[in-house]
Amino acid sequence: MNSVILVSIVMTLVAAATPILLAALGELVVEKSGVLNLGVEGMMLCGAVAGFAVAYGTGSTGLGLAAAALAGIATAMVFAVLTLSLTANQVATGLALTIFGIGASSLIGAGFVGRTIERLGPVFPEALAGHPWLRVVFGHDVMVYLSLALVLAVSLFLRRTRPGLILRAVGENDQSAHAIGYPVIGIRYAAIAFGGALAGLGGAYFSLALTPMWADRLTAGRGWIALALVVFAAWRPGRLLLGAYLFGAVMTLELQAKAAGIAWLAPEVLAMAPYLATIVVLTMMSLRRGAGRLDAPACLGKAFTAS
Amino acid sequence: MTSIITRRRFTFGAGAAATLPFAAGRALAQAPFGVGFIYVGPVGDHGWTWTHDQGRKALEKEYGDKIKTSFIENVAEGPDAARAIRQLAQAGNQLIFTTSFGFMNPTIQVAKQFPKLKFEHATGYQRAENVATYNARFYEGRAVIGTIAGHMSKSGTAGYIASFPIPEVVMGINAFTLAAQKVNPNFKTKVIWASTWYDPAKEADAAKALIDQGCDIITQHTDSAAALQAAEQRGVFAFGQASDMSAFAPKAHLSAIVDDWSGYYIRRVKEAMDGSWKSGDVWGGIKDGMVKLAPYNAAVTPAARQAADAVQKGIVDGSLHPFTGELKDQKGVQRLKAGEKASDEMLSKMDWYVDGVQA
Repeated sequence: MNSVILVSIVMTLVAAATPILLAALGELVVEKSGVLNLGVEGMMLCGAVAGFAVAYGTGSTGLGLAAAALAGIATAMVFAVLTLSLTANQVATGLALTIFGIGASSLIGAGFVGRTIERLGPVFPEALAGHPWLRVVFGHDVMVYLSLALVLAVSLFLRRTRPGLILRAVGENDQSAHAIGYPVIGIRYAAIAFGGALAGLGGAYFSLALTPMWADRLTAGRGWIALALVVFAAWRPGRLLLGAYLFGAVMTLELQAKAAGIAWLAPEVLAMAPYLATIVVLTMMSLRRGAGRLDAPACLGKAFTAS
Repeated sequence: MTSIITRRRFTFGAGAAATLPFAAGRALAQAPFGVGFIYVGPVGDHGWTWTHDQGRKALEKEYGDKIKTSFIENVAEGPDAARAIRQLAQAGNQLIFTTSFGFMNPTIQVAKQFPKLKFEHATGYQRAENVATYNARFYEGRAVIGTIAGHMSKSGTAGYIASFPIPEVVMGINAFTLAAQKVNPNFKTKVIWASTWYDPAKEADAAKALIDQGCDIITQHTDSAAALQAAEQRGVFAFGQASDMSAFAPKAHLSAIVDDWSGYYIRRVKEAMDGSWKSGDVWGGIKDGMVKLAPYNAAVTPAARQAADAVQKGIVDGSLHPFTGELKDQKGVQRLKAGEKASDEMLSKMDWYVDGVQA
């Protein structure tokens, strides 16, 4: 395998991993605060369509990204009001949010089908990314670097800062956090908004960078993969990064193996590969940790009412 | 008039659906003629499903208030599709088009339960008294773009993003490769099975993988325009699928195989309304206007244009069949004798590849 192909594989896998990483990182923070939002796919689609619509209208991908984050937040707020203020069931509301997101994005996007925009380009000048190996470092677009910075920031925030500690406390024991005087509901609102913003950006990565167009269900189920990744990573940002890139690698190598004509592997086996990898890793983690609680926040998915 | 039922909403409303037959029965008396459609993807895919929906819109334009069309989109292929088809049957539709191969058995099954309704299944081969089948001879279009590919490819290797190894797809791969080999005998086609009809990001990544492996022409049997965008970005050529996709890749888009179902839908609805509808099998091609070619890109060389036009002309006047012997498959089995043309039955059961296909 020559270096050009290798570099191309790395570039493709990073691009494939980035939207999943963004959405999963947002969901990780949401779940750390004790809320399970299954509406990631819906928020991603709303972000994707809003980002495309604004980028198409204004010609600015930057504005498109901002709009995508806002659309993600707006969609997430629907979920937040229902589950936090009205204490609706989180699982059912999250699923409904995904269904809503699919429908709403399809409705908004109907007028944009068949249009295209300028792709979100590399952030560094061409000269810096001229050599194939330098391209691996400098050849990506802004969202790739942003996602990496966010992984570091979220990791530091959760482990090293006081607000991060409070957020975790809310997720581990909401009643105690409330008793000490922390605004459980307010903190969860903030976490859900952050999750919505990142899901929106993850969705917009499809419509602005990967495939600069709008088509119904553009994200094709990546939101569900992001949800699985959070569990896969045992709620740790570092492992989330690893998991997302691993998943991107498996998805990319599957296609490369097919293109290279590796005939002894049936295409169906290759198509299963990413999911097999997920199951294997989850099984290994459960075995190692005994009961299989997998470090989930103790209050995950439970509705909170102040007592 | 249109009513839209999405798959998800339908699943959620499964409990409510039990009351539907009564409501629909009452409405039937003076209702306009109901025509239902089952789609495998979203109408906004700008590909396969979109072309069927264009056909549905053509029906509405043609017949106005005399008919009422409705559709369910994003219906998964397989046994579960029966519920969606039944839903349309119970809602008072008298003619139902199910527009993907995987709806074959569910269509037959539901048709048995509703003997008075008429069904039309696209791309399948099972028929009944009240189930007709229809399809387009896409392989004719594949032969035309294969001819262009043979002329335009410098590496002599095309990348083919395929969905599932069903006869429809296999025949397209072979027709494309055979046509290209008439121009360049060493022409090769590398196939990636995407195992999906629709996943834009995956289709784009598949295109990139093929380009990495030396393919300088990309063609596809999946539904989105994502692969064309990838080709445009990497500076190689590609062909659109199901509709003219040149807007997505102005430089890369050499041409496209365009599906046009409107003529067939308009005719069949008329027959169903006046009572002359009969079950049967229609397989229309370039000659019937069911398969069309999008305008050639300016980059297509005069020689390629001429050759492509000649292939089209030959197919229309019957002098050229994309599958003409002598033809051997990869294992050396003779499939067609010298001068023999493939029968429709042979085509619809094709499960072998010609030399030069890496699948």
